[in-house]
Parts: sequence; C-alpha cells; structure tokens
Amino acid sequence: MAGSRRESGLKRAHFVEPRVAALLLLPQLAILLLFFFIPSIRALAQSFLLADPFGARVQFVWFDNFTALFRSAEYHESIWVTVWFTLAQSILTLAIAGVLAFATDRVIRLRGTYKMVLLLPYAIAPAIAGILWAFLFNPAVGPIAHALHTIGIGWDPNLNAADALILVTLAATWKHICYDYIFLVAALLALPPSLLEAAAVDGAGPLRRFFLIALPMISPTIFFLTVMNFVYGFFDTFAIIDAVTRGGPAGATNILVYKVYQDGFVNLDLGSSAAQSVILMLSALTLTLLQFRYVERKVNYDV
Amino acid sequence: MIERTPVLDLACHAILVLGAAIVCMPIYFAFVAGSLTIQEVQQVPLPWVPGDQFLVNAEAAWTRGNFARLFVNSAIVAVGITVGKIAVSMLSAFALAYFRFRWRMTAFWLIFASLMLPVEVRIVPTFESVANAALPLQWVVDELDLAGWWHAITGNRIEIALQWNMVDTYSGLILPLIASATATFLFRQFFLTIPDELCEAARIDGASPWRFFRSILLPLSTSNMVALAIILFLHGWNQYLWPLLFTTDKNMATAVIGLKHLIPRSDMEPAWNIAMNAALITMLPPVVVVVALQRWLVKGLVDSSK
Repeated sequence: MAGSRRESGLKRAHFVEPRVAALLLLPQLAILLLFFFIPSIRALAQSFLLADPFGARVQFVWFDNFTALFRSAEYHESIWVTVWFTLAQSILTLAIAGVLAFATDRVIRLRGTYKMVLLLPYAIAPAIAGILWAFLFNPAVGPIAHALHTIGIGWDPNLNAADALILVTLAATWKHICYDYIFLVAALLALPPSLLEAAAVDGAGPLRRFFLIALPMISPTIFFLTVMNFVYGFFDTFAIIDAVTRGGPAGATNILVYKVYQDGFVNLDLGSSAAQSVILMLSALTLTLLQFRYVERKVNYDV
Repeated sequence: MIERTPVLDLACHAILVLGAAIVCMPIYFAFVAGSLTIQEVQQVPLPWVPGDQFLVNAEAAWTRGNFARLFVNSAIVAVGITVGKIAVSMLSAFALAYFRFRWRMTAFWLIFASLMLPVEVRIVPTFESVANAALPLQWVVDELDLAGWWHAITGNRIEIALQWNMVDTYSGLILPLIASATATFLFRQFFLTIPDELCEAARIDGASPWRFFRSILLPLSTSNMVALAIILFLHGWNQYLWPLLFTTDKNMATAVIGLKHLIPRSDMEPAWNIAMNAALITMLPPVVVVVALQRWLVKGLVDSSK
C-alpha cells in the first residue's frame, strides 16, 4: 500500500505492481523512442556530420554546419523573415482577439452567435486558410487584389516580396485569432465580479475598468498566449507558407521551419538541415520553458 | 452589466459584426467562386453573388480530387490519431499517477521531455525513422556483428538487412503524431485531482488495477476524453506536413493534400471554381464538429493550458 515517503505526482493510495506499470507505459515509451528520441538524437548527430547527397561519404566536421549557417546570408534573411512574420502575426492576433473578447464580454444579446462564428477558423486547416486568402489576393482573379488594383496599388505577391509577406501574415493571423479569443473570453469571464463592481462604484467607466483592472488580472493569460502565438508562428505555419508562396518570391517568406524542409528534402543538404533542426529545437525549448514559467506565475495572481 | 452604456454596447456589437464579417469573407468568396463556371470565375471583378453551378462543381471536384478515397484516408488517420493518442496516454498517465515502481521518475521525465519539442523541428530524421522503423534494430545487429558471428559459426555468409517501411501506410501517418506527451500530461493532471478515497475503497473491495481503471477512472474521465478527442480529431484531419512527406501514392494521401493538388499553379488551367469548391468540401467535416460541439471544444482548449 502507500509508501512511507511521499513521491511527487503519486497518488497516496496507489498500487505496487511494477510489472503492470511497465506494461501500461510500454506503448507510450515505444512510440516515443521510435518517433521522438531516435529522430532527435539523429538530428543532433547529423548536425555534426557532412555527407554528400547520396550518403556515400560521411565526415565528422564539428561545428562546421553551424558556422556555415551563421555565415550564410540566406539563413540570416530567413531568421529576419521569421522574426518579422512571427512578431507581426502575434501582435495582430492578440490585439484583434483582445478587442473582440472585450466586446464579447460587454454584449449579452447574440453573444452565442458571435462566439460560434468567430470560432469557425479553428476548424479550418492552416493549408486551407492559406488557400482561401491566396484566392482573395490572387492578382489574376482575386476580388481583394482587384480592389487594390483599382485604387492604384500594383499588388502581386508572386513578384513582390512585401506583398507575399503581408499575405501570409494575414492568412496566419486570420487562422489564429480564434485561439487567443477563446482564452481571453474565458479569462475575462473568470474575473471576480466584486472587484469590477467595486471599481464601478468608485466611478471607473467600462474602458478604465478593462485597462486598469481586467487587463492586469488576465496578464498571465496574455503571457501564455504570447508564447503560444510565437510557437504557432515559428512551427505551425508551415502549411500556410507551402500552400500560399512556397517560401517565395526569392526567399521572401522562407521561414526557418520551411527552410529546414527545403534544405532537407529539396536540396538534400542533410547536415545543414539537421543543424537548422537543432537550432529550432533550442528555440522551441526556450519557448516551452517560458510557458512553464506561466504555470508558476499564474498561482501568484490567483486572488 | 453594471451600468447602462448604450453607445459602448452599440460599438461592441459593431466590432463583433465586423469581426464576424472578416471571418466569413474568405469562406463566402470561396462559396461564390465555387458556384461559378470556369469562364465566370475568371471575370474581373469576381461577381458578389453566387452562381448556380455549385453542385456541378462539387461533383467535378469530388471525382477530380479522388475525394471518395481521400476522405476515407483522412477519417482513418484522424480517428486513428484520436483513439491512439487517448488510449496510449491514458494508460501511461494511469501508470505514472497510480503505481509506485523504481523507475517512475525516469519514465516521467522521459515522457515529458517530448513536450519540449514540436514534431516540425525534426522533420528529416523523423522521416528516416518512418522510412525504416527497424533502423535501431539494424544498428544493434551491425554493432553486435551478428553476421560475422554467423559466418564464424556456420561458415555461411549472410547479410542482415532489416526493413520496416511505413511510407504510404496508415501507421506511418498516425504513429509519429501520437509521439507527444500533451495528452498524457492532461490526464495525469486530471488523475491527481481525483479523491484518494476512491482508490482506497476500490482496493478494500479487492479490485485489481485494471478493474479500478475500467470501472472508476474511465467513467470519471469521459468529459476530458470527449474534449480532447475533438481537438485531436481536428488536429488529425487538418494535418499537412506529415501526409505531404509520408505519402507518395496518390491513393494514400489525405483530403487536405488532395486539395493542394487542385489549386491552379501558373502552368495549369485556372479552375479556381473547382479548387474553391473542393476547399469547402474538405473543411466541412471539421467545421461540423466545431459547430456541433463548440462547448466541449472550448472546455478542452482552456483545460489544456492548466
């Protein structure tokens, strides 16, 4: 029965049948071994190797793959594209979702309908979101592209780098607003009404209450969403890029995740692709650790 | 709410209507484009009202995109990921929360290390694992030099080449996406909130671990399972990167990949009417799920961040 010393994350009433436990853990550990640990370790190993595209000769090259990456202008450009794209997408998403959540919190009639419609993009695949926006902004047939042409803007994401980046940012934002919106609405709903009522009695209007009371109180949620938006922008937008621009024109939308794929599967530069994977792993690790901090901070904010 | 603010309330409604309009606009234009003939869809500007060809285009898209087959694939993959991930992670969460054994903390850290890295960052090596999942076994064989031993003992030369190729199989599409601990973490957190008395009572009544799991934990977890199942189903249906890499056979692709091949490129006939119609068809199953089960989805998402 219960052990003498308390182990963390173990129920007080528990079973002591190691063989059963091993059996229960087996499927998860086997799948993780095959599709998580071995690939991750291989990526790490491969990033220190240089192989010709046919895999005939392999050479250990220490950090050459990494130094080559940091010297390559292409990689620098890819980093900048990723940073701009992710920043713009995160800020836009959070700001729009914030305004919508504030409005949803205020209205009573039709609230359910608004929520239902605003949630729709959650169901839509990133690739399809990309395709929908690519059509709207298609310079030959798209209605928005046509509107832009009539007011004298020579819109063409196939040729113009800035246009392509704007297009993928819009598609990525449209797809992701619903996620931030769900969390913000839930966070606003969970605020203790007594605090807001007290502020109202003191003469604070709805906007003032939102900015001075609600916003600071939901700041842990905002922090969490900022991290999640970065994760989304860094890793989950592959499908949008591939469906809309394929990293073009001339690398203008070639974000880091897309470049890993391009170098690994199209250019067959495995060493460089692995080194890029390792760098991405480090950034993912940083983001996850930031996210764990959120869990701790949330405790402090609970009233 | 607290005070009457008619102007602000009106502004809020206006904001929400605008937001809803922005959400609907791409879908509406997809519907318009999907209901026109190929000549009409190339008019500039595009008409604002739908035409009458929607069903004709839908039929054309359905056959041209081979969607009858691809929908079955998508359904198998989405359901496989959902059921597989929930089953695997519930069992391991049960083991971690309810069993005391020597390597418990090691197992815990091994499993939760996988939370740190999304699949997208190890694209190439994961592909190699799927192309030959027997690779680790092959290393063992090579390292131990089994062929050499065989030669020494029997005098026959053999070459041991292990091959377990999962490209173009359902398991290749499903298994790599189960390899993450998000669901395990969720179930573990949930199990920790279940009162200890339940397990004590079950033990006093002489229930085996399996009996306790089936008769007590499973029914208690139903609402968590449903909420998680919705998220996983959407995630599975909407997959793009893995099906793109792991399928070379057109009959093994998923609906989203099939749709991608219908999108006109510069050297193709610009059949945007068919493409946009196909986009609507492909997004229909997940949209139905979200509309019908919205409350559960929200619960699942918000719970998953705790």
